[in-house]
Amino acid sequence: MVITPILISLKTATVAIAFTFVIGTFLAYVVCRSRRENVKVIVDTILTLPLVLPPTVAGFFLLYIFGVNRPIGHLLAEMGAKLVFSWPATVLAAVVISLPFMYRSARAAFDQVDPMILEAARTIGLSELKIVYKILFPLAAPGLTSGGILSFSRGLGEFGATAMIAGNIAGVSRTMPLAIYSAVMGGRADEAYGYVIILVAVSFVFVLSIGVFAESRSGKYRLKTR
Amino acid sequence: MSLRVDIKKRYKGFTLEVCFSSGDGTLALLGASGSGKSMTLKCIAGLISPDEGVITANGRMLFDSAAGIDLKPQRREVGYLFQNYALFPNMTIRQNIAVAYRGSAETRGAAVTALLARYELEEQADKYPVQLSGGQQQRAALARIFAYEPAVLLLDEPFSALDTFLRENMQAELKRIIRGYDGDVVLVTHSRDEAYKIADRLVILDDGRPVAEGTVQEVFAHPENARTARITGCKNISRIERTGERSFLALDWGIALEAAEPLSDAHTYAGIRAHDFSPLPRSAAEGKNTFAVEVVDVIEGPFEKDVIVRAIGPASVGNPNEIWWITDRSVKIDEQCAFTVRPEDILLLSE
Repeated sequence: MVITPILISLKTATVAIAFTFVIGTFLAYVVCRSRRENVKVIVDTILTLPLVLPPTVAGFFLLYIFGVNRPIGHLLAEMGAKLVFSWPATVLAAVVISLPFMYRSARAAFDQVDPMILEAARTIGLSELKIVYKILFPLAAPGLTSGGILSFSRGLGEFGATAMIAGNIAGVSRTMPLAIYSAVMGGRADEAYGYVIILVAVSFVFVLSIGVFAESRSGKYRLKTR
Repeated sequence: MSLRVDIKKRYKGFTLEVCFSSGDGTLALLGASGSGKSMTLKCIAGLISPDEGVITANGRMLFDSAAGIDLKPQRREVGYLFQNYALFPNMTIRQNIAVAYRGSAETRGAAVTALLARYELEEQADKYPVQLSGGQQQRAALARIFAYEPAVLLLDEPFSALDTFLRENMQAELKRIIRGYDGDVVLVTHSRDEAYKIADRLVILDDGRPVAEGTVQEVFAHPENARTARITGCKNISRIERTGERSFLALDWGIALEAAEPLSDAHTYAGIRAHDFSPLPRSAAEGKNTFAVEVVDVIEGPFEKDVIVRAIGPASVGNPNEIWWITDRSVKIDEQCAFTVRPEDILLLSE
């Protein structure tokens, strides 16, 4: 078993979650604060699509946007930042595919915060920024955390979109899921076992931690009933 | 000290159009749910923007649609006590109060400690809101508001989340707290008892519009229209047909009555409060404002009972409406007796 795919996967998932967490949380906050119901519905729908579409479709769109023969991709290539079939492309794929998990979790977490609590904060003079970090984020923390864990796990397991836009280049963009595919296709099933076990173990621990975290948090100050 | 509100707001088919000002003392907005009371408070606090109008507090312009002024809630200095108190669940009581304090960091600790003492929350200081009883939560919410030192205090159904026993204690306590506060106080409630006990002045809202305004005693003793009478707790209201200078026929009850004052053309309804009937023996059902009734139903309460009766006898017509009577006498269903009512207890009401 080669160790590079493991390192690439961890690096990709770690960098991707930083982007996903910030973008997903920010979009959820903006949409929650918006009073325009139709905007909410449209943004919700667009950001949920990667969840239900095959990742290859997302990869197809990414190729369509960032391909070297496309305006944006061409511009990036001119600037010496060819994205397609490079390591950053694995991050891009992981962010796009895991974003719905973060967005939807954050949106639900913000929505369950009683709007009256935020109104009360405004009437005692707290600025919108203070309200966000002193009240909204602490109250939404369990949802944000579980959204982050889900997104990280999903990013770690990303295959379809990564294959489309980042390719399967050993040592560059071959993440664990791609390494499993290559190993099985090449008739080296025992090599695949290692990666499979690592992916299952890591994902199990992360998803398990969501439940444990939620359990420990519930006793502190979460309102039981209203 | 005065608050002036003159605003209009349309929202999902509902139109709020209120105009009132508070002078000295506490003002109550009394009305049924959906009458626009809470919406009015939220407009004052800046949590909802009216479509047009003016809101000023102590001469300070909070909202003026013509001048394009709409201060953010953060800048209005309007304290708002929410129905469920809206304490920050992630902060201890001490933190909840400290976060609202506007003075310098050096004086914060002492100020918060003083507030904790004044609202008897020392033992709860380091607990989270969820660990407090309803009454303690309300005191904590008040302490938080006073840490902010608002120029106006808005109370939105402050007792609705408390059980009966606690409610009466908190009413007395809130009255004391208000007495020690020199800003304007506006209380929103659907309970005529609360309005009567706590407020000095009253605005009655019905379907987004004020239907009566005045001192609490005035409005309760002399409601001018049927809606005001109903909201101030008058159980018996009937359409009337004038038959003389002071006499009329109460169409819904099928009885002839006489008022203490002459009727005007505007008087199209009459009201009698459920406490104002005196019972007589069945045989005495003759004479002015006296009529025979039959008991239809009795609803027993702990101290008093609601008795529902119907007028019978020569003066009654068709199928008369029920009349409510509140008494502590023993009454049986189907029993017949006579009622008499003093002319001065008959409320002459306009539409």
